[in-house]
Amino acid sequence: MRHLLDIADLSPADLAGLLDDADGFVEVLARPIPKVPALRGKTVTTAFFEASTRTRLSFERAAKTLSADTMTFAPGTSSLSKGESLKDTVLTLQAMGSDLLVMRHQAVGAAERAAEWLSIPVVNGGDGAHQHPTQALLDALAIRRRFGTLEGLQIAIVGDIRHSRVARSDLLAFSKLGATVTLVAPRTLLPVTFADWPVRVSSSLDEVLPELDVVYLLRVQTERGGASVFPSLAEYTTRFGMTRERRSRLKRDAVVMHPGPMNRGVEIADEVADDPDALVLEQVSLGVAVRMAVLFRLLGGESDA
Amino acid sequence: MDGADMARAVRRIAHEILERNRGAADLVLVGIHTRGIPLAQRLAEALAEAEGPVPVGELDIALYRDDLDRRPTTRVGATRIPVSITDRVVVLVDDVLYTGRSVRAALDCLADLGRPRRVELAVLVDRGHRELPIRADYVGKNLPTAAAERVSVRVVEVDGEDGVWVGVEQ
Repeated sequence: MRHLLDIADLSPADLAGLLDDADGFVEVLARPIPKVPALRGKTVTTAFFEASTRTRLSFERAAKTLSADTMTFAPGTSSLSKGESLKDTVLTLQAMGSDLLVMRHQAVGAAERAAEWLSIPVVNGGDGAHQHPTQALLDALAIRRRFGTLEGLQIAIVGDIRHSRVARSDLLAFSKLGATVTLVAPRTLLPVTFADWPVRVSSSLDEVLPELDVVYLLRVQTERGGASVFPSLAEYTTRFGMTRERRSRLKRDAVVMHPGPMNRGVEIADEVADDPDALVLEQVSLGVAVRMAVLFRLLGGESDA
Repeated sequence: MDGADMARAVRRIAHEILERNRGAADLVLVGIHTRGIPLAQRLAEALAEAEGPVPVGELDIALYRDDLDRRPTTRVGATRIPVSITDRVVVLVDDVLYTGRSVRAALDCLADLGRPRRVELAVLVDRGHRELPIRADYVGKNLPTAAAERVSVRVVEVDGEDGVWVGVEQ
């Protein structure tokens, strides 16, 4: 493994191996001194060309827990505003001494291009509506830690599939690990083609609800035009929102997940979001462990490999 | 060394541990991945027969190695110690003592987990060739070797058989 760009590049064994390592890092994070020297002397640079709270912070915390140094590139205050190209920008970050670049960009394939230009490993922290591989890893880890395995689980991904890189990454990871994935969305929020995806599709959450082990709610992405295909947010909630009433029709041990940030009262009701059984905050804390596993896998081996 | 020799060495080390520490109070056995763990469990059984139960933990030192850059990607194992090690006597257990670098890594890892009153080291085989100022407190067998030789300790729990083999590196 040289870069982490797309869940499609990983075999089921690669995925399981990263989750196993992440389990070890969960223990490290719980120690009285949550710091290990594994990546001492390495520099991890984050370049987020699109807004992020948890992903960037989570990568930085992961790097620091592994004793790596971090550099943060902030596009707003950089030479990008003077017209510097993406290629020159990432080459500069590499020349500055970065050993690994974590990149988020609004353009699909941006991280992949950067990986072609650079000689250091690149981790895709989200590219447009395409991929967000570490989100899929942490979601898979949260589910595996709750159920022991993903094998045989029924998982629904609900909402704005079309604009969601989380959905594209998660459905691949979940199905590679043996779960059955159902996409639940109105036709207008499904992609133009999804024939080659290993999924079932339904337009009724109520129909699939009783058989689910995991309900994965996506955010209604107003910034990508996700709300415009619906007459109103209230109608979205009526058909696809996880209300308390719908929660009560789920199986007893079923769990509700959300990648954050949540639109409370739209895709998820307050009572469901704050239910101690929801995995939402667990997802955030496991994110650090999963990103440690990714950084360690890409930087922890032979430096010339 | 065959299985019976190994069992005798484990029993003797258990008695030496009790002798030196005047009993098993405050002891914690901590096995170093991979083969230190079953050896620590066997020592604990021997101690339990003589004195009473002793907690056993396991340590994965992958994240503390000083040669990560020279190895293919290392997998991260579990570190689990059922009690706080602070103010206890930790006996580190490993199969082979060679350069001493694994023990150095294990000591660094222990320091992040707490502050033991004392740390001792028990190994089944000491094959010499130290690269750091480290020695064992309890040794099953001193085995003089050439650096080119390979010492492999095999245990039932991991390898399906007990014994120590010396061979020449291919």
